[in-house]
Amino acid sequence: MSARRIFARPARLAAIAPYVWMVLFFLVPFGFVLKISLSQTAIAQPPYEPVFDLTAGWTAIHAAFAALSIDNFKLLASDDIYVFAYLRSLTVAAAATALLLLIGYPIGYGMARLPKRWQPVAMVLVIVPFWTSFLIRIYAWINILQHDGLLNQILRALHLVSRPVVWLSTDTAMYIGIVYSYLPFMILPLYATLAKMEPALEEAAGDLGAPPWQVFWLVTFPLSLPGVGAGVLLCFIPVVGEFVIPDLLAGSSSLMIGQTLWLEFFTNKDWPVASAAAIVLLVVLLLPLLLYERLQRRQLEER
Amino acid sequence: MTDELPRRDAGAKTAGDAYPAAGEPLLRVEGVVKTFGTFRAVDGVSLEIKAGEFFALLGPSGCGKTTLLRMLAGFEAPDEGRILLGGKDIAQALPHERPINMMFQNYALFPHLSVRDNIAFGLKRANMARSDIATRVAEMVALVKLEGLEKRKPDQLSGGQRQRVALARALARRPQLLLLDEPLAALDKKLRENTQGELMELQRRLGMTFIIVTHDQEEAMTMASRIGVMKSGKLAQVGAPRDLYEAPRSRWIAEFVGDINLFDAESKLRDGHRLVVGTRDAGALVVAEPREPVGEGKFSVAIRPEKVKLSRRGPVSETGHATAINRLDGVIADICYLGGTTTYKVKLDTGGMLQASVANSARLDVDAYSLNQQIVAWFTPDDCVVLPS
Repeated sequence: MSARRIFARPARLAAIAPYVWMVLFFLVPFGFVLKISLSQTAIAQPPYEPVFDLTAGWTAIHAAFAALSIDNFKLLASDDIYVFAYLRSLTVAAAATALLLLIGYPIGYGMARLPKRWQPVAMVLVIVPFWTSFLIRIYAWINILQHDGLLNQILRALHLVSRPVVWLSTDTAMYIGIVYSYLPFMILPLYATLAKMEPALEEAAGDLGAPPWQVFWLVTFPLSLPGVGAGVLLCFIPVVGEFVIPDLLAGSSSLMIGQTLWLEFFTNKDWPVASAAAIVLLVVLLLPLLLYERLQRRQLEER
Repeated sequence: MTDELPRRDAGAKTAGDAYPAAGEPLLRVEGVVKTFGTFRAVDGVSLEIKAGEFFALLGPSGCGKTTLLRMLAGFEAPDEGRILLGGKDIAQALPHERPINMMFQNYALFPHLSVRDNIAFGLKRANMARSDIATRVAEMVALVKLEGLEKRKPDQLSGGQRQRVALARALARRPQLLLLDEPLAALDKKLRENTQGELMELQRRLGMTFIIVTHDQEEAMTMASRIGVMKSGKLAQVGAPRDLYEAPRSRWIAEFVGDINLFDAESKLRDGHRLVVGTRDAGALVVAEPREPVGEGKFSVAIRPEKVKLSRRGPVSETGHATAINRLDGVIADICYLGGTTTYKVKLDTGGMLQASVANSARLDVDAYSLNQQIVAWFTPDDCVVLPS
């Protein structure tokens, strides 16, 4: 056997590892959830039927398969609560992502234009909030935003408001929480793309007669689109399914799909409907991913 | 290639400015200083460049030549001094306000734009009419022989093609002044030599003013009509290539531009129009008296290797003109065959080493010398240069 083949083996194993991971921790659980979503609720343990019993013989399994139905998906489509929850999730995620891009782009750009030795420092400053638990940071925001919290104290000290503003349990509070929590996920990919960009490109655009705003729109921004795409996806997808921030900071008048899921699962104990809602969410989130993928492939083909 | 030469027009950003005729001063740099922290990158440079010149800024890395060029382009603002273009001070003008274009070292082509859009970029910024842009782009594409590649993206081009796109893009606006930052550094040797010739031809045809920055003295000598040699932020000498090579003003320039043999002087004695200089390594050397008299400071005698002649027996010198020729005995210590020439290192009997470069004018090596061969090296007083150390 040649030396090359001996060395090729561990390499091949390493190539398989991500697939093993995907199968074990994504596809198998996904199979479970899909199966539950096709089942019916039951007051039992587990709280749905049919239950596959591999020891019960072939006919029992056959009967179990026959008992599966798409009734839960029909329910999701017919009940406004779910449709609204999906729509709200998508609009909140879209608005929050737009805010994140507007705030994150200047920060990422500024970081990329810092002197080389200051860039790691800025990087650490962006990442440092992760050293505290996410939940604690959201609770801290409750503290800041509540009736006699820090924000209202400052606003009153500056005589900007005469009486405390209601921040907590509003969409504003929720957007503050989301933007605050997801900002690093927007900044880091933007910074990475912008830092890689040759400064001479912007200089060349200026040299050829473009004033600074044209330099940005014609050269910097188009060349940073891969970073914009990555940052938007990294924020949009988890925000759609976000549960903690809307639950703690937003009011209870309209729910996002993550909260609806939680209600179905833990309060109504309706695992099959919750599972169906989760499956639909996954499909909804796959769409932007596939779009992004196709865009990237087209860009590659153009080359 | 189009026969009709692109005529200079002022371009949009220079509308109304009169362009000086060839030979008239175009650019004046007056006492320009640029510091980064405590480092004086450009330290009081003054320079005048005439319209139609091909000027080279030559120097080792870190000498400030690129910083000077970037100040001309507007990417850096000088801390002191003025930069006058056609009589107008542009030192503080932003890059997009200057009728100057630059060809960047690594070309800086826009990767998301096609060849056509790269070339048209500057024209669109000048609000040129669509049809005029199309005409000008076609003209530029023909000028740099890139026909058929207009739709390609920069990463679908070879290094040489990219270099042409960069040149076409910089020339498209017909700038008053074209800056070229190490334009050939990324090309291989053969391509570089061809491109040198093409750039010179182009510059002559367009009658444009070029300033090129290079660290390659051969490149500067080949292309430029005038060279400014920079050292530690200062202009050490400005002159035609021949002046720099044959009449360097300092020992540093003599060594930076080409090879040279240097002998430290220990004493000097006037003899009519000649100086007899005592050196430790080469004994007494007779040199022509320099135009600027040698002061009391230290100096050395320099001779270019190709001006040293070698022979087995030595030159026949008329009596009475015994001092007309410097004659040094030695043995061949090293031979370096370079194809067109051979460089011999001669160990002089007086102790020093002398390099001699001999043209291989015959194919058969009947004239070649061999290692350890006893030899006479000789050269005339006029071929020597006296340099302050």
